[in-house]
Parts: sequence; C-alpha cells; structure tokens
Amino acid sequence: MQRAEQRDEVEMLALMLLIRRFEERASQQYQAQKIGGFCHLYIGQEAVVVGAVAAVRDDDYIITAYRDHGHALARGTSADACMAELFGKATGCSQGLGGSMHFFDKQRHMYGGHAIVGAHVPLAAGLAFASKYRDEDRVTLCFFGDGAINQGSFHEALNLIALYKLPVVLICENNLFAMGTSVKRSTSLKQIIDRAEGYDIPGDIVDGMNFREVRDKIAEAAVSIRKDSHPAFLEVRTYRYRGHSMSDPASYRTKEELEKYRLDDPIIRLRAQLTREGKLTNEQFDALDQKAKQTVLEAVKFAEKSPELPVEDVYKYANLNGEKQ
Amino acid sequence: MREITYRQALNEALAEELERDPNVFLMGEEVAEYQGAYKVSQGLLERFGPKRIIDTPISENGFAGLGVGAAMAGLRPIIEFMTWSFSLVAFDQVVNNAPNMFMMSGGQFNIPITFRGPNGPAHQLAATHSHATENFYASVPGLKVCTPATPRDAKGLLKSAVRDENPVLVLEAELLYSSKGMVEPPDEELLIPLGQAEVKREGSDVSIICYAQTVPLALAVAAQLEAEDISAEIVDLRSIKPLDERAIFNSASKTHRVVIVEQDRPFCGVGAEVCYRIQKNIFDELDAPIMRVSQEDVPMPYNEKLEKFVLPNADKLMSAVKKVCYA
Repeated sequence: MQRAEQRDEVEMLALMLLIRRFEERASQQYQAQKIGGFCHLYIGQEAVVVGAVAAVRDDDYIITAYRDHGHALARGTSADACMAELFGKATGCSQGLGGSMHFFDKQRHMYGGHAIVGAHVPLAAGLAFASKYRDEDRVTLCFFGDGAINQGSFHEALNLIALYKLPVVLICENNLFAMGTSVKRSTSLKQIIDRAEGYDIPGDIVDGMNFREVRDKIAEAAVSIRKDSHPAFLEVRTYRYRGHSMSDPASYRTKEELEKYRLDDPIIRLRAQLTREGKLTNEQFDALDQKAKQTVLEAVKFAEKSPELPVEDVYKYANLNGEKQ
Repeated sequence: MREITYRQALNEALAEELERDPNVFLMGEEVAEYQGAYKVSQGLLERFGPKRIIDTPISENGFAGLGVGAAMAGLRPIIEFMTWSFSLVAFDQVVNNAPNMFMMSGGQFNIPITFRGPNGPAHQLAATHSHATENFYASVPGLKVCTPATPRDAKGLLKSAVRDENPVLVLEAELLYSSKGMVEPPDEELLIPLGQAEVKREGSDVSIICYAQTVPLALAVAAQLEAEDISAEIVDLRSIKPLDERAIFNSASKTHRVVIVEQDRPFCGVGAEVCYRIQKNIFDELDAPIMRVSQEDVPMPYNEKLEKFVLPNADKLMSAVKKVCYA
C-alpha cells in the first residue's frame, strides 16, 4: 500500500489539473445536451479531495455527496468511466444508472456519490463500523458540504460516530454556500468547526486552497485514528467557482468575491510552490495540462461511442437476483 | 415439532443466524441491555456480546443508515425498529438508500440488510404508534416485505431475510408476539422462502386472503362460517413483496369468490394490488366482485370503541364474505 508521504506532488498536481479540465469539458458537454439531469462541478475545490487521497491509503474508504466527479477521479477511476457515466453509458463507473450525482467505484473503495444532503453521513458511520467490527485499521473519509451540517441525519450520525468511537475523518468542504444560501444565513454558529465540539470530536480548520495543508492535516488525523479508533472533524475552507449546479448563474455572490478566490487558486498555488522549489518547470506544467486536456477529450470520444445498457436490463438492477416483482 | 411463542421463534431465528455467520449483528434501541422492548432479543447480549448486540440512542435515521453503510462494506446487519411506526423518521434510509444503492451503483453494491420490528395497530396506541407500514414499503422497488402471522413463519421468514442479498423488511405482528404455534425443533433448519403464500385452511366456497394480524381473524371467521355452511379457504400471503400470485390465483380459481382482509388502509392498500392482479389475470374465474376489508380511512383514534370501529373485525369480514357468496 502506498504511503502518504511517498505520493509525488507533481502527480497530485496533474490529478488536480485532470479534475479541472474534466469539469470544464463536462460543463461544455452539458450545454451541448450530451449530459442530462443535474450536474454539480468541483472547479475550485480540487485541492480538498486530492489532498485527502494523498494523505491516506488506497484501501481506505471514501464517501461523498453529489459533487462527486473529483472524488472518483482522485481515487483513480478513469476519466473515460466518469465521462461515460455522465453520458449515461454502460461503460460508466455506475453503468450509466447513477449519473453525475452517483459515481461509485467499489474496486477503488469509492462508496459514492450520494444525492440526498446529509443522508450519506450515517452510511459513513456504517462503513467505519464495519472496519472496526473486523478489527481493520482502515479509515473512512466522509466528505460533505456546509449545507449538510444542519440536516438531522448529520447530527444523528455524528453522535453515533463519536459514541462508538468510529474511525472517520469528517471532512466539511465549506465552500460558503449551500446552493444559494450562504453559511451566514443558514447556520447559527460563528464557525462550522464548532459543530464538532458539540459531539466531543476533535476538530481543526484547514485552508482548502492549499494542497499541502489539506494533505498534512488529514494525514495527521489518519495516523492518530489508526493508532486508536476515533473520529476527527476538519472544516476545510474552499470555494466553488461555478454555480451550485449547471443551471445556477450564482447571482447571490459578487464578482469581487469570486475574483478574490480565483487569485488564490489551488492549482496555481501548488504550481508556484513546486516551481519555487525547483521541482517543476513551466514547460513541464504545460505538458501536464496538455495531457489532462487530451485525456478528457479522449474520454468524451470514449463516452460518445460507448453503448447504452439494453432497456430490458433494467430489471437486473432492481435487486441482486434480478427478480421481477 | 414443539409449541413456542412468536417471540421465542424470532429469538431463535436471530440466535441461529448470529451463530451461523459472524458478519451478522443486531442493532437497535434497547436490544442489548434491556433485552428488547418486546423481549425478542432476550439473552442475545449475554450469548453474543456487546460487539454484535448493540444498543443505540434514539436515532432511527442514524442507525438505519449505519446499517446500510455496514452492508455496503460487507456486513449483514439486522436493524430493529422498536416499532415500524418509528421507522418513519428513518424513511429516507429505508426508502432512498437501502433499495436504490444496487441500481445507482450499476450493480456494484447490493445491500444485504434486514429491517425488523413490530408493525400494525396494537391496542389503543393512538395515531402515531399504530401504523401498518406494509403498503408504504411494498410500493418501493428493491424492497422485499414479509409479514409473518405464526411462530413458524416468523422464524422461517426472518432467517431467509437475513440470508437474502437484498434489503428485506420483516414486519412482525405486534399483537401476536405472545401467540403460540408449532415449530420445528432447533436442530432442524427452518427456512421459509420469501414470496411464498400458504393456505392456512382449505375451503371451497370463498377465498379469504389475509396476512399478519388478519390471519387469526380470518381463521376465527372461517370457523363461524363453517356453522353457516360456508367453507372458507384461508390464504396467508406471508410475503407482500414478492407477491405469490400463483397461490392467490389457484385459490380464487377454486372458490371463484374472494375477500381480502388487510390490516392497512383502504386507499392504495395491499388489497388494492391483490384485487387488481386477480381481475386482470383470472377475471373469468370470478363469480362475484372482490371485496376488501381494511381499516377505515382515518388516523387511528385512541378511544377503544372507536379504534375497534376503525380496524378490520369479524363482523366486517363476515358481512363481506356473505356479500360475495350472495348468502
């Protein structure tokens, strides 16, 4: 199993670029009506999930909400399988049956893609319960947005997680808005991290635009959890550049606010850090970006030419035995 | 065969499945130290320990979801609701997460979970605690729903539920926990397949289709009808979904007259589905319109007299049978 500190930072930068270019292309394909339903883009938040997966083992469980494209890509699900899922094709990571909000990859321990806000936090408790039950030293990373913290399922799950001392890192991707409602208008607390204190869960605030800080704080939590099973809560402050979903022009925030965060872009930041340290040249960065763009273009081609499941197959997925009821 | 209670039968099923498979665990409110709100889990904590018999806080949504997550990771949870009326605060987990995961994940995650607990109106528990939830849950694709009426069925169905690879809801009959019946000895494996009805009494003049708490009601009415020279056949559905159409059609084709007595509500109730399938498939076999006896379409009153009026009862069933028999 690969250890966190061995993950190459240039590779992690490449992964962030892949997510960025994937989402840009998904946006374009959505506008071209190749992608249906809802589509929530991760642009701006790339350092959170890439920092997280860089901090843990490949067999640790990850689970997230509906803004999940980046999570699957970060875990190693191919751009082909992700794009094909958006296109509803049989070659998609959920065979075209889940769509944008329901990316799953069992082999890579990516437990979804869940679209009811907060409803997957109890599932994370269950994943962690299972690893503790089997005496494994696995950690579950549970990602959720700032909107989830006011949902009942979140509170019930946090209490259970703390009560049973389950090995979960609760990662709040605070991008300041639950759809169009700012945290200030939705949450009675001064800061989200105080939710953790209410359940006696150790917590920390993390700069989500800084890959290294995300990676190091999650790695620190994971090391402590593996030693002695317990939860941790990280409020990761980040920002999404696009609207809540493709249909949202995000008119509830100012251009100045968006510009402020764009200047603090996580990809630009990691690039600058690596360049300063002599680990990356401009030519190398351009080559990485070119490669990401190419991978995504090929994914679109792959998705376009992939087959759909035959309609009669729908009964196969009603339950495991495919019994028609 | 020996005689045991419905409660003991469930307890045996739990113990046998916990013994057989280390991935099985039981979780719910008061299941461990208190020995079960209805004593169904009596003695299990002592025998299997706190790692596998787990008390929860009052957080149905939370622990139902925990169960679904544990099932995604390969365990086989048995989640007890103190009553199915309380499952309504966990509706999202039971309806949205458990049965949808297999489809949403393109077949990667089946959810081998059992949700169980007492269901249906009991005695003067008023509106919030008297829900018969079978018609809500049977309408959800991907959920299997069974409703045992006897100790033997309770044991055999619960064991099959735990072994199923999909979410199964075992809706136990709250009023029947202390009822007795003959069950195979513990050293004899008893598995009753989901989706198989059973003829509880043979008859020739009318088919009474029933399940759960309406089975003893139908049997009692059949005995009264015998005195009036009407021979009633009692078909216990045992599982609401999958529904055993074959058994229903066989009986209806034999008697040509059908009454459905269900413990849930009349509007979109289980009986409506059964009725539709009979007329669609064997319309020509019927000699009379099908009758349904259900609850009245009102929230359950606390008052004892009013509650009796709302529930299906012997008088209502008797008169429905006479109507279809033109007697």
